[in-house]
Amino acid sequence: MTLMERMAMTDQPLLRVEGLTKRYGQRIGCAEVSFDLYPGEVLGIVGESGSGKSTLLSCLAGHQRADLGRIVYDGRDVLAMPETERRRLSRTDWAYVHQNPRDGLRMGVSAGGNVGERLMAVGARHYGEIRGKAADWLARVEIAADRIDDRPSAFSGGMQQRLQIARNLVTGPRLVFMDEPTGGLDVSVQARLLDLLRGLVRDLGLSVIIVTHDLAVVRLLAHRLMVMKSGRVVEQGLTDQVLDDPQHAYTQLLVSSVLQV
Amino acid sequence: MTEQLDAGAYNFAYLDEQTKRMIRRAILKAIAVPGYQVPFASREMPMPYGWGTGGVQVTAACLVPEDRLKVIDQGADDTTNAVSIRRFFQRTAGVATTEATAEATVIQTRHRIPETPLKAGQILVYQVPIPEPLRFLEPRETETRKMHALEEYGLMHVKLYEDIARHGQIATSYAYPVRVEGRYVMDPSPIPKFDNPKLGNNPAIQLFGAGREQRIYALPPWSRVESLDFDDHPFRPSKAPHRCDLCGAGHSYLDEVITDDAGGRMFVCSDTDFCAGRRARGHRGRLAAEASAPPPHPSPTRGEGGAPSDGLAQGGAALASPPPRGEGLGAGGAGPEGTA
Ligand SMILES: Nc1ncnc2c1ncn2[C@@H]1O[C@H](COP(=O)(O)OP(=O)(O)O)[C@@H](O)[C@H]1O
Ligand SMILES: [Mg+2]
Ligand SMILES: [Zn+2]
Repeated sequence: MTLMERMAMTDQPLLRVEGLTKRYGQRIGCAEVSFDLYPGEVLGIVGESGSGKSTLLSCLAGHQRADLGRIVYDGRDVLAMPETERRRLSRTDWAYVHQNPRDGLRMGVSAGGNVGERLMAVGARHYGEIRGKAADWLARVEIAADRIDDRPSAFSGGMQQRLQIARNLVTGPRLVFMDEPTGGLDVSVQARLLDLLRGLVRDLGLSVIIVTHDLAVVRLLAHRLMVMKSGRVVEQGLTDQVLDDPQHAYTQLLVSSVLQV
Repeated sequence: MTEQLDAGAYNFAYLDEQTKRMIRRAILKAIAVPGYQVPFASREMPMPYGWGTGGVQVTAACLVPEDRLKVIDQGADDTTNAVSIRRFFQRTAGVATTEATAEATVIQTRHRIPETPLKAGQILVYQVPIPEPLRFLEPRETETRKMHALEEYGLMHVKLYEDIARHGQIATSYAYPVRVEGRYVMDPSPIPKFDNPKLGNNPAIQLFGAGREQRIYALPPWSRVESLDFDDHPFRPSKAPHRCDLCGAGHSYLDEVITDDAGGRMFVCSDTDFCAGRRARGHRGRLAAEASAPPPHPSPTRGEGGAPSDGLAQGGAALASPPPRGEGLGAGGAGPEGTA
C-alpha cells in the first residue's frame, strides 16, 4: 500500500499540531510548529544541532510542556487532558525511543523484564504470558532467546537500541517518537538497525516522528520531511521532493553538505 | 542519660505536646488514607535512627498513662533493642509494660507481627527503615510520588518478574509489597512474608513509622490488604518446614538456632511470648525434654526463618532478601544508653 492509498483511506490525521511553541526563558526552543501526521505515516524532522528538534519531540510526547499551541491526538486535545490520561497514552498508544538507550532502558533489569514492563504497567498479571511476549519481541529485534535474562549493561550499543525498540513496541503503540535512534552507533550497526526499523514500521503500520540530523536516515524511512532552523520549520513536504528539489536556501545548504560527504 | 530520662525531667513520653499533636495529625491522615505515606517532621530522639526512631515517635504520640506497652524485636521481648525501647518509655512515660500480646494496648515491633491474634483497641506500631516500596527500581522521589498519585504500579511487578526469572519463583521473603484497599502499594516493613496475611482484616490499628525518611503510614482496622503476585505464581506465605522444637507449634514463624559447634540446630518460635504461653499450657516440642524445664528461650543467630518450605531450599534461602539491617540492631552495636 502506498502512502497515498493509505492517506486516502482515512482523511483524519492521527496527530494534529498547531502553533506549538516552547521557550527556555528568552531563548526559543521551537516556535509556531504546525503539521498533521496521518496513520501509517513516517515524518522525519531534520536540522542542524540546536535547531529545536528534540524540544519539539519532547513537547509532543509530553515530556515537556509547550508554552503555546495545540496537540490533538486521535481527536483528543492532549494538552487539555489530565496527566493520568496523558501518561496512560504514553504507556499504551505512544512509544518513545531515546537516542541514548540508557535513557530508555532500565539498566538494572533483565532484557525480559525491560520488555515486560509496559505489559505489566497496563495490567498483565500472568508471568508465563509476559515472558512469552517478551521472548517473541526479542526475536523480532534479533536478540538471541538465551539473552532474555541478561541485563542490558551486558549488551552492545546496537543490541541495547534494539532492546529499547522491543520494549516500546510490545504494547502495540500507534505513534512512535524517535530521537536520533541511530546516533552514536557504528555505521554498519546503524544500517542493520535502520533495516529493522523499516521492517517494523511497515509490518505494524506505525505512525512515526523521527528526529535526526542524518539525511540518509530520513531518505530511507520517512515519507514526509520537515526542515527546522532556529526553532522554526522552514520547509516541509514529501521526502524525495524536499531532498531532490529543496526550495529554502537552508535546506539547499543541508542537502549539499550531505551530498559532499 | 539514664538520669536525664527519668520521669519528670521530660514531658510525658519524651516528646513535647506540640510535637505529639503534629505526629497525631499525620497518624490521623494516614488512617484516613490507608497505605499512603504521610510526611512528618521527624524529631531528634535520644537514640540513633537505626533504633527505630520512627516507631518510637509514633508510639510516643499514641501513649496515654493507662496504656500497657509491649516491645518486640524479631518477635522477642528480650533483645537489646526491645529492652532499650521498653525502658525508654517506662522512664519517660511511666507506663506499665508487658510481654503478653493479649494484655498489651500498644505494641511496638520490628520485623514481626505477633502470632497471637490482635484485638480491637490494640495498636501495633512498626519500625520502618525504608517506607518507599518503589525505591529499589526508581530512586527519584519526585517520580515515585507521581507513580503513587497516578497508581502506576507496573514496576512492582517488574521486581517480582525479575525474582521469578532469576530464582524460578518469587524469592522476596521480607518486606513483601502489598496493595491496600485496592489503591496504594505499601511496604509492610521487613516482616517475613509469612506475616503478610495478618496485615489484612486485622481488628487492631497498624501504624508504620519511618524516622530517617520522615514518613508515617497506616492500616486502619479491617483493611483489605493483598500481597502482589502473578496469576501463575500466586503469593504463598512461607516458613521453615518444621515444628517448634520447644512448644511443638506447627503454624508459627520459626527461627533457626545453632545449638553447638557440631552443627546442632533447633527451630524455635520467633515469637517468644507465644512460645512461652504454649509451653505454660503444657505443649511440648521435640527438644523440650532435653532443655531443662522451663527452658530459657535461646537467642537466634539472626532473624531468619530457616529454610523456607516452598522449594527455595537449594541455595534459595541464601538468595532470599535478608531483612534490611538499617533499622534495629544492625546499626551500631551499642544500646541507646551507650550512644547518647
Ligand atoms: N533544557 C534547556 N534549557 C535551555 N535551553 C535549552 C534546553 N534544551 C534546549 N535548549 C535550547 O533550545 C534550542 C533547541 O535545542 P534542541 O531542541 O536540543 O535542538 P536539537 O535537538 O535540534 O539539537 C537550542 O538553542 C538549545 O540550546
Ligand atoms: Mg537533539
Ligand atoms: Zn514455640
